[in-house]
Amino acid sequence: MTEIFQSEIIISEISNLLKDDKHVAIGAASPIPGSAALLAQEERKNTNLKLQVTILHSQKFNNFTDGSRELFDAAAQGRIDTFFLGGVQIDGEANINLVGTGRYPKLDKRFSGSFGSALMYFVVPKIILFREEHTPRTLVKKVDFISAPGISPPNIYRPGGPKYLITNKALFSFNKKKKNFKIEKINPEFTLDEVIKSTGFEFKTNKNLKYFTMPSQKRIDVLRNLIAPKVLNFYPQFAKKLWFN
Amino acid sequence: MVNFTQITVKDIAKEVKDNCLLGIPADYSGVPMSVTIEIIKNKTKGLRLYCLPLTTIQGDMLIGSGCVNEIETAAVTLGEYGQAPRFQNAIENSKINIKDSTCPALHAQLQATEKSVPFMPLRGILGSDLYKNRNDWSVIDNPINNSNTNDEKIVILPAVQLDILIFHASKADINGNVQIGRRRELATLAHASKKVYVTVEEIVDEDFFDSELKAAATLPSLYIDGISLAKNGAWPCGLTDYYDIDTNEMSKYAKAAKYQETFDEYMRDFISQNNYSNI
Repeated sequence: MTEIFQSEIIISEISNLLKDDKHVAIGAASPIPGSAALLAQEERKNTNLKLQVTILHSQKFNNFTDGSRELFDAAAQGRIDTFFLGGVQIDGEANINLVGTGRYPKLDKRFSGSFGSALMYFVVPKIILFREEHTPRTLVKKVDFISAPGISPPNIYRPGGPKYLITNKALFSFNKKKKNFKIEKINPEFTLDEVIKSTGFEFKTNKNLKYFTMPSQKRIDVLRNLIAPKVLNFYPQFAKKLWFN
Repeated sequence: MVNFTQITVKDIAKEVKDNCLLGIPADYSGVPMSVTIEIIKNKTKGLRLYCLPLTTIQGDMLIGSGCVNEIETAAVTLGEYGQAPRFQNAIENSKINIKDSTCPALHAQLQATEKSVPFMPLRGILGSDLYKNRNDWSVIDNPINNSNTNDEKIVILPAVQLDILIFHASKADINGNVQIGRRRELATLAHASKKVYVTVEEIVDEDFFDSELKAAATLPSLYIDGISLAKNGAWPCGLTDYYDIDTNEMSKYAKAAKYQETFDEYMRDFISQNNYSNI
């Protein structure tokens, strides 16, 4: 068996989370979720459940024709099943911060900004939080700035919200009622104790905790031969580094 | 022969007055870099940037060059080339004011102006610190009882009219209509702007309204105040169907912009090389 890269394992895990979706959308700077969605699409090509993948930074995989607001309108209409959000910080109640660390507005460290998170987090049924770096500075007790809240009171329209959080070390599910994360899968390179130490918030542990599933050789072949060249078109730096160096 | 008065890139830059509210297109909708360089050369001050919904090198360069007082945006980033260093530095040192927003809110505020209504409602946002820091946004009880959410609270956003919009596009026709393809957010920006100027790669000898297909991808001249030819006018950003983003130049910029001194050096070189024809 050929060597499998960590990023490929995460791509494969994310791909498994898209099982029943009809439409997955990928926002800015998300090469790993983008690769995962295209992988899921390819593997379902010959089934009855086709997967529509919208990658905003692509010409071919972005079929919106009504301007960049159409993504948000379509999401609000319930036409997108899964969307990915990241964060400079993510906390134990699934609040996400894409703005920066320190006291707003004169932050210690400013990051890009909230993008569409403040609507998408509310209206897309399955939000997958993705942050590769899993350390106490990214997964924190309380975020310094809330770009979008993890939960909302009943008088706020909110059909959507966080369902999963995936990092390079673990996969968590989110329980909206209990307002907490539960670890479901762990990267075999790490122990549970190591994950606990690198997480700034407390979380529950699934009694039946599993390891990340290693992608099959067949899946790796599909990823490298069919998906990588597509990804090269819209995330060239990422694809070159992982597959074409 | 064209049936409109062609102006120059320099003419367009002169229309950008100190302290005006300037519409900024995203990296995928035609970044007017050739005009941006002229604005920087003019030492224009106090600009308020309204990004739809984000900006990359254009905003970062304008901020680093001291042209900007305020920015309303959902993000400033160099995308695959990393964070936007001059923007970061300006925020961390309180050199500019920021109205942190989210993409659909930036669209909705312009859509209100398109329809000439005073505000637009938008779901989401509540419970975020974006809302807490925006005293121009309000929340109301849904006055129309048509929601499954009982006693629904909803955000309302004020209509925003831009003073001036500049973008770069592929083609203008002989009557001054501009091809925008599927980038309909450029139409939203134009409808909501007092003045609109466009730079184009080429002017073609036809009228886009002779073809139904082309007409659907056109911003009509009735919204446009001036057009200039500017070959490679979006460089180093890309332009769909014409050229890709210049990865070498973007990497070079990202590195140089880390410090004000190296940024200033980079900008001196950038300005002294004549990167754009037809200026």
